[in-house]
Amino acid sequence: MRNPLKPLVEKFGLPRVIIVSFFLFLIAAAGMFHMNLMQLLSDCLRRWGMYGILALAMVPAVQCGIGLNFGISMGIVGGLLGGLIVIQFRVAENPALVAIHPLFAMWVAVLLAIVIGVILATGIGYLYGLLLNRVKGSEMTVTTYVGFSIIAFMNMMWMLLPFTDGELIWPNAGKGLRNTISLAASFSNVMNKTLAFSIAGVTVPTGLLLFFFLMCFLVWLFMRSKTGMAMSAAGANPMFATAAGINVNKMRIIGTVLSTVLAAVGILVYAQGFGFIQLYNGPMMMGFTSVAAVLIGGASPRKARIAHVLIGTFLFQGIMALGLPVANQFIPESNLSEVARLIISNGIIIYALSQVKGGSGRE
Amino acid sequence: MNKKSKFNVRDFLFQNKVVFMFLVLCVGATIASKQPLTFVIPELFTRIARNSFIVLSLIIPVIAGMGLNFGIVIGAMAAQVAIFLTTYWGMTGFGGFAATVALSTPIAVFFGFLVGKLFNYMKGNEMIGGLVLGYFAEGLYQLLFLFIFGGVIKMNNPDLMISTGAGVKNTIDLKDTVKYALDTVPMLTIVEVGFYAVILGLVCSAAFKMAKKQEVDWKSVAIKAAAAAVIYGLTFIKPVERFLSADRLLLLSAVELGCLVTVLWQVFQFAKWKVQSSKADEDASPEPFNMHKAIAYGALAAVVYGLTYVPTLYNVLIAVRLPVMTYLCIGGLCCFNNILMKTRLGQNMRTVGQSRTVANAAGINVDKTRIIAMIFSTVLACWGQLIFLQNVGTLSTYGAHTQVGQFAIAALLVGGASVQNATNKQALLGIVLFHTLFIVSPLAGKELFGDPAIGEYFRVFVSYGVIAMSLAMHAWKKAAKPKEETDGERTAEAA
Repeated sequence: MRNPLKPLVEKFGLPRVIIVSFFLFLIAAAGMFHMNLMQLLSDCLRRWGMYGILALAMVPAVQCGIGLNFGISMGIVGGLLGGLIVIQFRVAENPALVAIHPLFAMWVAVLLAIVIGVILATGIGYLYGLLLNRVKGSEMTVTTYVGFSIIAFMNMMWMLLPFTDGELIWPNAGKGLRNTISLAASFSNVMNKTLAFSIAGVTVPTGLLLFFFLMCFLVWLFMRSKTGMAMSAAGANPMFATAAGINVNKMRIIGTVLSTVLAAVGILVYAQGFGFIQLYNGPMMMGFTSVAAVLIGGASPRKARIAHVLIGTFLFQGIMALGLPVANQFIPESNLSEVARLIISNGIIIYALSQVKGGSGRE
Repeated sequence: MNKKSKFNVRDFLFQNKVVFMFLVLCVGATIASKQPLTFVIPELFTRIARNSFIVLSLIIPVIAGMGLNFGIVIGAMAAQVAIFLTTYWGMTGFGGFAATVALSTPIAVFFGFLVGKLFNYMKGNEMIGGLVLGYFAEGLYQLLFLFIFGGVIKMNNPDLMISTGAGVKNTIDLKDTVKYALDTVPMLTIVEVGFYAVILGLVCSAAFKMAKKQEVDWKSVAIKAAAAAVIYGLTFIKPVERFLSADRLLLLSAVELGCLVTVLWQVFQFAKWKVQSSKADEDASPEPFNMHKAIAYGALAAVVYGLTYVPTLYNVLIAVRLPVMTYLCIGGLCCFNNILMKTRLGQNMRTVGQSRTVANAAGINVDKTRIIAMIFSTVLACWGQLIFLQNVGTLSTYGAHTQVGQFAIAALLVGGASVQNATNKQALLGIVLFHTLFIVSPLAGKELFGDPAIGEYFRVFVSYGVIAMSLAMHAWKKAAKPKEETDGERTAEAA
């Protein structure tokens, strides 16, 4: 008798089958423990929106041929700077804007932060793209360490940059910016709150999800455009693309810039949902989380689509959201879910890497 | 030799630019930190003893073409599992340390085998794979220490376990168990054990040769045994015995001994040459003796010895006490690395490192060679971590291994090594430079910016930055050279 699971495993890949089963198991376990499933589902939705755009940043990177971009910290740094500048000038507390509506002022603040972040990320991404064009074939190793380096470099900068606002710097005349900066006075939860509604106990963060889908739509639109098609072609088959008259290096730079820019947007969306900006080593592992998310969704180091982002982020963050309370039922006050996160996210990356050269390239 | 005589200063500087950059950085930071050398140098020697072994464990995979082995973290984890278990079983002292080594080695061999297997699936991506694998193993490690120890396997020990019973405490004190177990082996014991080992070795090799009906050179055996006996006999002289009964060697004594040995060795060589040339008519042409070289060595020894009388240096030299056994282990590993490269296995590794295709064509089992290289590296890293832990004296259960790979690799690269080329000398030089920077940079940060945190961030940045730069330069070179080839490969892959 044929194993009925076999075609399923072949189609989705073993790790994805395991992860989906694990997700279903968690839901079942949560149901068995009589947990508030609706509240857990709200948490899933919130996390989906928060982490989604960071995972979306992988799509242009993979499509343009640089592979999984572990170095989205380059863009994250730009986004963080944008957020800090907005807090420094207290845009969200500007009386003229607050007079219209407090939420409007917050939207202006977060959008301004995004604009500043995007401008910075474009510059950083361009330089980053120039570097990546010189290290073809080893992008992933290089991006990881370049990403780590920029975080370590910014650790010094966070100590030295001339920010003065009381919300930002350590109290009692300490030196440098704080580790976690509260966004309560600026744009905390602005997207989550906008148009949010509850249905059967599930809170839907409409604004956040709309913004996430808008970003996905824009990337989708770009991928359908002439440049986007050329970029995908350059990533899939550089030699053929060159023969067809496509400037491969330029396409790779475009993809890198886009990825970096999305990372800058992503970190601000994440920060507003979280309510805090995390500096120093906070964003160090963001790249790994995002890479793991798209891989869970079905992407590979050579191919990634929007659907992979949507599915992968939901599954990965769903496991995170469900994992903590369920694990606590088994062993109270444990960080079993943190352990699970380490194993799942890194396990899937290892799996993907071991598949890269699967058929060819073995010497 | 001809090439060396055309010594070009500019080429030399360019080839060693990383080393010189860090040399300047280290000297500058030391001056800026305003710390006396009597503080920096002893601290540095402590760190050399702690970290050299693990850095040296990186060399074999580099030669085997697997790049910088970020997987040594897994070796460190094997060491920590073993040290936790032996602590739990209440083993102490040198015996406890030996038991830990014995327990950790099979674990590390097994892990190394698995890592090697996995790396064979991701050829060309070993470095990123090793890094991610380190994080993955971290998850399993936490699972073991937080939930399996105490949770699944019942363990009753309030000193080691969290009060709830499941999970191991954050820090484990090794002060009463294996702290300084290796560092404090007295020199007398080392000489004694060394003597017996030499005698045993001579007897065994003679017996082996006799069993195989080969001719035994009794004269050379007798001379070797006599030399060993004389050295052992020296330890019965009271002042020598008193000198050797200490477990730490004063750096001053070490330098003096070094000078003495250098001079004696040259004299011995000279005498040997004289004896040989006197009966040159019987024998074939004797080894040529380089008189200039001998005199240069002698002069160097004299100058170094003279320098010990400079007051500043004298103060530094009497402040440093070397743990003899630990340094012997490090020296032993350097020798091991060199000897391995002279064996067939080492040559195979080198061939595999240069080109897997060529190695395959030459009939070398590439996959197996790579796995063996990984096993060596993992086991050595495991021992290195044990040396580190017995010197530090506390086991930070969830933190001691996390930075091991990164700092070891950064140290190796600072010494001028690259992804494809690493030697013992580069490793040792790198450790000196990197750890000097590590010691002085927080203090320099405090002096220059009024905050030690900046210095700490700076040294972390340096360690990441140097790795990033090295990887990028390697990839750059690789991409620039066979450009057409790689493009062709990509097409083949896509097709």
